[in-house]
Amino acid sequence: MLRRTLLTTAALSMAFAPAAFAQDDPVKAGFIYVGPVGDGGWTYEHDQARQAVEGHFGDKVETIYQESVPEGADAERAITQMALSGADIIFTTSFGYMEPTIAVAEKFPDVKFEHATGYKTADNVSTYSARFYEGRAIQGHIAGKMTETNKVGYIASFPIPEVIRGINSAYIHAKKANPDVEFNVVWAYTWFDPAKEADAARALIENGNDVILQHTDSTAPQAAAQEAGNVITFGQASDMEEYAPKPRVSSIIDNWAPYYIDRVQAVIDGTWESQQVWHGIDEGMVEIGQITDAVPEDVKAEALDLKDRIASGDYHPFTGPINRQDGSVWLAEGETADDETLLGMDFYVEGLTGEIPN
Amino acid sequence: MMDLSSISPILLIASIMVSATPILLAAIGEMVVEKSGVLNLGVEGMMITGAVVGFALAVNTGSAVTGFAAAACASAALALVFGVLTQVTLSNQVATGLGLTLAGLGLSALIGKPYEGMKSPTLPKLDIPVLGDLPVLGRMLFAHDAMVYLSLLLVLAVWAFLKFTRAGLILRAVGESHHSAHALGYKVVVVRLCAIVFGGACAGLGGAYLSLVRVPQWTEGMTAGAGWIALAIVVFASWRAGRVLIGAYLFGGVTVLQLNLQAAGAGVPVALLSASPYVVTIIVLVVISARGVHGAPASLGRPFHASR
Repeated sequence: MLRRTLLTTAALSMAFAPAAFAQDDPVKAGFIYVGPVGDGGWTYEHDQARQAVEGHFGDKVETIYQESVPEGADAERAITQMALSGADIIFTTSFGYMEPTIAVAEKFPDVKFEHATGYKTADNVSTYSARFYEGRAIQGHIAGKMTETNKVGYIASFPIPEVIRGINSAYIHAKKANPDVEFNVVWAYTWFDPAKEADAARALIENGNDVILQHTDSTAPQAAAQEAGNVITFGQASDMEEYAPKPRVSSIIDNWAPYYIDRVQAVIDGTWESQQVWHGIDEGMVEIGQITDAVPEDVKAEALDLKDRIASGDYHPFTGPINRQDGSVWLAEGETADDETLLGMDFYVEGLTGEIPN
Repeated sequence: MMDLSSISPILLIASIMVSATPILLAAIGEMVVEKSGVLNLGVEGMMITGAVVGFALAVNTGSAVTGFAAAACASAALALVFGVLTQVTLSNQVATGLGLTLAGLGLSALIGKPYEGMKSPTLPKLDIPVLGDLPVLGRMLFAHDAMVYLSLLLVLAVWAFLKFTRAGLILRAVGESHHSAHALGYKVVVVRLCAIVFGGACAGLGGAYLSLVRVPQWTEGMTAGAGWIALAIVVFASWRAGRVLIGAYLFGGVTVLQLNLQAAGAGVPVALLSASPYVVTIIVLVVISARGVHGAPASLGRPFHASR
């Protein structure tokens, strides 16, 4: 048995000889995480993808990671450390690592960098992100249909384009489903702080919101909603299925594994090039978690139809007419948003109240 | 434009009390430790250990009270390790304390793995006769779980202990001048070990309050810096029990208040409000040092050995 495995392996390495010799040592892939791998949300999914890389490549690739790296100056130290330890490709998995990633990349021209959700690239820095706003459109629709108080609470993290896009997309589709809906946004100024996230959820619930959307990483808002009773939520970044069928009625799941495997393969093959990737439901980077029975059949059918139309490209979640918050025209009838505007989005659409903090 | 009518003052005050309790528990424990002249920077590690052990035991036994008791014991045991290292083998307090935090974070992640996504029994809200039936105040102040009141009683007890009892006087003497206390025949190391264990137990209760009541769930790294805030509050309070209470409620209050203001749609400068507890702490520190009287125990952080 062992011999057969050995023979197969030998045969395989013969077959793939050119690729195998492009790189002598195992390729080392490093990952910088903003929260702990057990956050149950954002970082958890990145780490699942890291494990998928290990599973896919076996001995050919070695992975390392550092968790709970604060965004800002300390990130630069952590990334530098990882580059010094011999990583060939480093995935920095939070928006706040943008400047540190660019800075470290300048010092290590032979190391490839992949920055998630940012917009700055270099010869050895790619960016990748998922079109979470596609999933937000579906959440918004369900939220608009299901709220009884007509108040939807939104726990936001930081006022960056990715988060603002999500709020706008959810609002537009909630409003279409229910013209009386009103959004209340709370900025938590953290990606991961379960106690604060729970407090934020509670504050929203006490103020009459019966649907809670979150753009923070832990499952704490789900627990707070469950405790409150008649409140629904959506899993964020990860399925958070332990809170199904209620409060969690659906979710956005980030599936990074295919992309990570693809990019590590490119390093092995020596074909890695700087690029900007932005994938959505269609490519499978954004998945919609199961819509539970807590959602009425017709609403569920509408939500799934919306999902299909977005995936097929028939429908863009940002299709005009859409005005900016100040009433000025952003998209005319039938016009769809271009990626550049979306990537730098720093304004609310018409109907949202409150200001984006800066 | 600014409509704050959706904020209920009753629910707001009630939320503030819940939000402040974990840091209050940890801070009052740490204050006693520092009063005895020991600086234990491992509060964060002890809190998260309490959070995970409390959660695990509550899930397994079905009793939140057991969870709290186990959390106190586990964190006290962790604190005892710190105590033996720093008091008996005279290791550096700062380094050992930081080590304790790292160990606690790692250990809790390991213990907590099977408990992610699970639900625990929580503490019931007390049904206090008469007081609980008062209009407004009943719901605001007298409808909490037992730990909220225990934490307040603990502050009172610590204050009375330090101010009125002989044992409290000895503890303070050890913290002010361990050589004098030693010369008078008091067992400095034993007193400090007791204080350290008490501090650990308090931090453990605070951590368990996070995982069993405030959040309530286990998530890796869930204390997210609460232990460091507790440490800052002790300094903010210039080592006085009453001010620890004020500090913890102020901190919890600002956090919850700003979230509520946002939820109600008030146009508040969010970033500023989020940072305000830290800004206030820095201002207080500056004021304290400008006045020259900081109230820190004179032997704080200094190692003691009878032969020197």
